[in-house]
Amino acid sequence: MGSTANLSQNGSPAIHADQLCRHYRMGETVIRAVDGVTLNVCAGEFVALLGSSGSGKSSVLNLIAGLDRPTSGSVVVHDRNLAQLSREELAHYRLHTVGMVFQSFNLIASMTLAENVELPMRFAEIERGKRDSLAREALTRVGLQSRMNHRPSELSGGEQQRAALARALINRPRLLLADEPTGNLDSHTGTEIMNMVREFNQQLGMTVVMVTHERALAERYAQRLIFLADGKLVGDETSVVASEGARR
Amino acid sequence: MKLPDLTELALRNLRESLLRNSLTTIGISVGVASLVAMLSLGIGLQQLASRRLMKSGLFDTVVVTSRRDLRNFGREEERSGPAPGESRILDEPTRQEIEHLSNVQEAYPDIRFITELRYEDKAHLTMVAALPSSAKSNDAFEALQGHFFSSDTAAEVVIQKAFAEELLGKMPKTGVDETNVAQLAAPLLGKGLTMRYAQREASKASSLPPANGTNPVPGDQSLDAAAYSVVSRELQLKIVGVADLDPESMRGPTRARVFLPLKLAESLHVMQPTDLREISRAAGDQPVYSSVSVRVKNPAQIRTIEDAIKKMGFNTFSILDATRSLQQFFAVLDLFLGIFGSLALAVASIGIVNTLVMAILERRREIGIMKAIGASDGDVKKLFFAEAGAMGILGGFVGVALGWAIGQVINLGTNVYLKRQSLPPEHFWAVPWWLVGAAIVFAFIVSLLSGLYPAGRAARLDPVQALRYE
Repeated sequence: MGSTANLSQNGSPAIHADQLCRHYRMGETVIRAVDGVTLNVCAGEFVALLGSSGSGKSSVLNLIAGLDRPTSGSVVVHDRNLAQLSREELAHYRLHTVGMVFQSFNLIASMTLAENVELPMRFAEIERGKRDSLAREALTRVGLQSRMNHRPSELSGGEQQRAALARALINRPRLLLADEPTGNLDSHTGTEIMNMVREFNQQLGMTVVMVTHERALAERYAQRLIFLADGKLVGDETSVVASEGARR
Repeated sequence: MKLPDLTELALRNLRESLLRNSLTTIGISVGVASLVAMLSLGIGLQQLASRRLMKSGLFDTVVVTSRRDLRNFGREEERSGPAPGESRILDEPTRQEIEHLSNVQEAYPDIRFITELRYEDKAHLTMVAALPSSAKSNDAFEALQGHFFSSDTAAEVVIQKAFAEELLGKMPKTGVDETNVAQLAAPLLGKGLTMRYAQREASKASSLPPANGTNPVPGDQSLDAAAYSVVSRELQLKIVGVADLDPESMRGPTRARVFLPLKLAESLHVMQPTDLREISRAAGDQPVYSSVSVRVKNPAQIRTIEDAIKKMGFNTFSILDATRSLQQFFAVLDLFLGIFGSLALAVASIGIVNTLVMAILERRREIGIMKAIGASDGDVKKLFFAEAGAMGILGGFVGVALGWAIGQVINLGTNVYLKRQSLPPEHFWAVPWWLVGAAIVFAFIVSLLSGLYPAGRAARLDPVQALRYE
């Protein structure tokens, strides 16, 4: 299993989930969205969380992102136990440590691409001049320099996802979390986006955790495939990419 | 998030729902306009009343009398201090001493006497009083027909309307006074009056023998030598003005109906009641005054000046307490007008709550996105606060302008009405700068308070739930 094999250089994993549980109560019924998941992800690793709909993969991602709190268990990211952080500390963690990409892009419709990309920098209280140049640079990197002043509704899905990627990376996070990033895209555009994600993973050494239900996509890009079913971890495999990389 | 970024984001969010936010802002504007209008009316009325009272000379004047004037003796506050016989005399050096007290604008002697005035060979008895040139600004002379004295020594008189009626042989009507002063003044202005008066003339020691059974005061050479003549004199005066109102309404039975310039009156050495009491002084050149009127620079200083004069050994009188009651009345009036004015703003604040709660529902997903990319609860809260505050400030500015405009229109309308009633125009609407600032700040604070609940609610949104919201 990769949980022990893939540790960072100092021995501690970038992400360590231990007996992670997230239960919801709906009336009399308790829904166990995440049920005792234990996993480790190393720094710079590209991991795919796979599973069918309702398997708990997005819930795990939300817990790692600090958007949600576990019912029990713990998630430790870069030596910080997220369960013990205050709301303010979690916001700081999301701002500086995590970048998120969603299936539905989640760009703010009333803002231009440049404004969307610089929004996290406003929260980080970065000076306007620096914000402008960094936003321009980030959008240029994803090939949207000519669309900076366009609103999301004026762009294609692929362009919106590229802009979302630029926004996710603007504060130089150590962790990129992608929730079905190609779910709303055609295969060609999806490949384009995934190539970018891989490029950031390899060039910037960023840890990537991607939620997908497409095994082929996961095998093509991720180094590790973690399978979830009914909130439980049911498999953890090293992918072909990692094997080929190891052979090379 | 920094304030400029916060403001920019808030304004852009407000622009996104322009119609709804504009309507909310108009609601605040109407509330502020109502508050400004009500308070402006209260302040304007207060200023009008104060202006009138100040002009009347009632509230900025202290009347000083000597303790030697036994007509006032016996009042509680006058029992302390030296006995009347040992008290100081109210003479010219004393007047000058009072005039040099701080915050005293002027101190002038009260010269008044009953005398005979002849007009077209007909004698009229009336009280004549002297007025300083500063009395020109007295409210009673505002609608003066003709003009005020051309100089402080001119042989001119201003007469009161009632005396004008007497001169013209008209009987004053009882009840509502609808006498047209302009018509009364027309035949009188520029005409002459002959004033017959008793002049005090200093003379050498009396050569008359003492009356039967009386003796000169032994050992008192000054009193022994004190003697003056009372000579009947005549002076030709020109009527230059007819006053509609009575500048001496507070004086009661001693009020005058004919007024002379002060310097002229002083030069006449008219026999005064005090001349009988202060015989030795009256025989000399230094006049002795029955009372001195002291005008203060600031009515708030009246009490201090009164105390200073009392310490000098004189009696004082002012209508200070009446001013205090008036201030209290207007403070209460302003309070009630402010409360009524604020009601509209309170209703507008509910509009802000409604608008922001609607905005939270509409922007739920946006709030989720902001939290996902690193916005703290505080950032979200501040953003909604800023939106509420921006609406408040904008509504405050528009409201103040609206309130001012309403005031101007009402002022204009009322003055048209007053003109039709042949009454002079008035400014009873005042929007002082402090009210402009206070209204905007008040609107801002009310808006922030209104934003408390929506901002708290937005900040508490669960980001996972918010991101799922379609």
